[in-house]
Amino acid sequence: MDSTIRKKLEITACKTRIGVIDAVYNAKSGHPGGSLSISDLLTYLYFVKLNIDPKNPKMKQRDRLVLSKGHCAPGLYSILVQRGFFEYDELKKLRHIGAMLQGHPDMKGTPGVDMSTGSLGQGISAACGMALSAKISNDDYKVYAILGDGEIEEGQVWEAAMFAAHNKLDNLTIIVDNNGLQIDGKVCDVCSPMPITDKFEAFGWHVITMNAHDFDDIERAFDEAEKISGKPVAIIQTSVKGKDVSFMENQVSWHGSAPNAEQYALAMEELNKKLSELEG
Amino acid sequence: MSEQIKKATRESYGEALAELGDKYENLIVLDADLAAATKTGIFKKKFPERFFDCGIAESNMMGVAAGLAATGKIVFASTFAMFAAGRAFEQVRNSIGYPHIPVKIGATHAGISVGEDGATHQCNEDIALMRTIPGMTIINPADDVEAKAAVEAAIKHDGPVYMRFGRLAVPVFNDSETYKFELGKGITIKDGTDVTIIATGLMVSEAIEAEKILSESGISARIINIHTIKPLDKELIIKAAKETGVIVTVEEHSVIGGLGSAIAEAVTECCPVPVIKIGVNDVFGHSGPAPELLKEFGLSKENIVEKAKYALTLK
Repeated sequence: MDSTIRKKLEITACKTRIGVIDAVYNAKSGHPGGSLSISDLLTYLYFVKLNIDPKNPKMKQRDRLVLSKGHCAPGLYSILVQRGFFEYDELKKLRHIGAMLQGHPDMKGTPGVDMSTGSLGQGISAACGMALSAKISNDDYKVYAILGDGEIEEGQVWEAAMFAAHNKLDNLTIIVDNNGLQIDGKVCDVCSPMPITDKFEAFGWHVITMNAHDFDDIERAFDEAEKISGKPVAIIQTSVKGKDVSFMENQVSWHGSAPNAEQYALAMEELNKKLSELEG
Repeated sequence: MSEQIKKATRESYGEALAELGDKYENLIVLDADLAAATKTGIFKKKFPERFFDCGIAESNMMGVAAGLAATGKIVFASTFAMFAAGRAFEQVRNSIGYPHIPVKIGATHAGISVGEDGATHQCNEDIALMRTIPGMTIINPADDVEAKAAVEAAIKHDGPVYMRFGRLAVPVFNDSETYKFELGKGITIKDGTDVTIIATGLMVSEAIEAEKILSESGISARIINIHTIKPLDKELIIKAAKETGVIVTVEEHSVIGGLGSAIAEAVTECCPVPVIKIGVNDVFGHSGPAPELLKEFGLSKENIVEKAKYALTLK
C-alpha cells in the first residue's frame, strides 16, 4: 500500500477511535472495546472498499455493510461521521433520549445504516438475503458483514453459513473480529468457538486470516477476497480489544462500560497524542 | 352449492403465490424444507428460479427474508406457524418488525387442526406472539377466496405481515366474484340484534352454521368475520357491542392473546360488554383427526350455540 494512503487511513482510524471514546463517554454506557478493535477495518471498508455516497445513503447500487455485532455501533457511527453521513455532534448524543443514534444500529433512523442489528447472530442472515437479492437481479453491489468471535457462538450464524455456501454467495464477505474476549471472559474459556477458520472452511467458505491493525495486511486480505468466486469469503481478523487505549487493551471489563471523566481524559490524551504523531 | 366445496387455506396460499408470480416479477418465496406441506411447492414448480429452500433453519430464513425485502424484493417466508412465530419469534421481532421491513410471513398448519402431529406442531400461540410486535399486520383468512385475496393485499401493504393458514380443508363460503378484501376491515356476514359472534379463520364457517341453529331458536345473532386481527376493526366491534350488548369470540387459538383478547381489550376501553371467548383453553393439544379435535376443544357450531345462549343470560 502506498505510504501516503496508509498514513491517511491511520489518521482516519485514530479519529474514528476518538469518536468512539467521545460517544461512549457522553452516553455513560456502550461498548468501547469491540468498537476499537474494528476501527481499522471500518476505516478500510468506508474509505477504500465500499461503493457508497453519503449524499445519497439509499443509493440502490451501493455496497451494503451489516454490523452483525451491533453493540459496536459507536465504531460504526464514528466512521459514518468520518465519511460525512452526519455531524460529529451526533456522537455526543448517542443513547440519549430523542437522539438519532440508538444504542444499537437502527436502519430507519440513521443514514448509512443498512440493517438494524444488535441481537447477535441475526445480521449475517440479513446480509445473506441482501447478497442473494443482488444475485437474483444481477446487481453488482457487494455485501459485507462484521461479526464478533463471541457472536459466532449463536447457532443462527451457522445456519447462515450453510445458506451462503449453498447459494454460492461470492458477493458476500464477512469479517469475524477475533479479539478473543466476550462479556463473561475469554472466548476460549466461555464456550469456545475455536477453531474458527476450520469451521468456516468446513461450511464451504473461502477463509482468509488477517492482522486487524495493519492496513497492508488488511489490503492483502481484501484483495484476495475480491478474487474468490463461487463461494462466500470469511476474513478472520486477529485484533486487540480496546486497541490504542492502553488501559482498555485486552481487558474484558471494557467490553461494555464507559470511561469516567479521568479515564476519558487519559484515553483522549493517548489518542490525540497518536493523532498528532501521525499528522506531524 | 358452493358450501359443499372444501379447501385448505394453505392450498389457496400456494396457488395465490403461483398466480401472483406472473404479475409481480420480483416476488421471491422462501421455505424451510416444508414446501410440500406449506404448498409453496406450487410456486416452486412454476418459478424455480425465484424459490429458495433455506433448509430446516427458520431463524436464518427470517433474516434472509429481511435482507431480500430490504433490497427491494417482495418476499414470502413460509413454514409452519409453530416455527414462524415460535422458533423464529425473535428474528421476526428484531430483523423484520423493528426495522419495519415488509416481509410477508406465510405461516401454515396453524392451530389445533394440524391434527395427528400433535401438540408440538399445533401452534395455538402465534397470534398472541405476533400481536405484541409493533407494526405487525396479522391476517387469518377464513376460506379459499379470502386467503387468495389476502395474499395480494399483503403484497400491496408496505409493512410486515403475518398470514395464518390452515392444514384442514374447510368450506369455501365466499363468492370469488363479489368478495372484496379490505385490510383491517371486518366483514358483517349476517346482521343480528341479540348477540354478536365474532370469528376468525377456520371458525368463521362454524359461526355461520351456528347462526342458522340460533335463528331456529328465535335468537338473532350477528356474525362478524375478523380476517385482520391487527390492526383490529375497532369501529365495527364497538358498534356491535353497543347494538347487541354481548359478544362471543371464536378462534382456533389460545384464549390468551388472540382474537378474543384483542376484542375484549377493545370493548373494555370503549363499551364494556361481556365477551365470552371460545378457543383453546390454556392447554396443549394432542394427536387425533382434526375434525374430532375441533369438537373436543369446543371449536364447533354446537359449542358456539351453547356459549351464545349463555351469553344472552349475561345481558
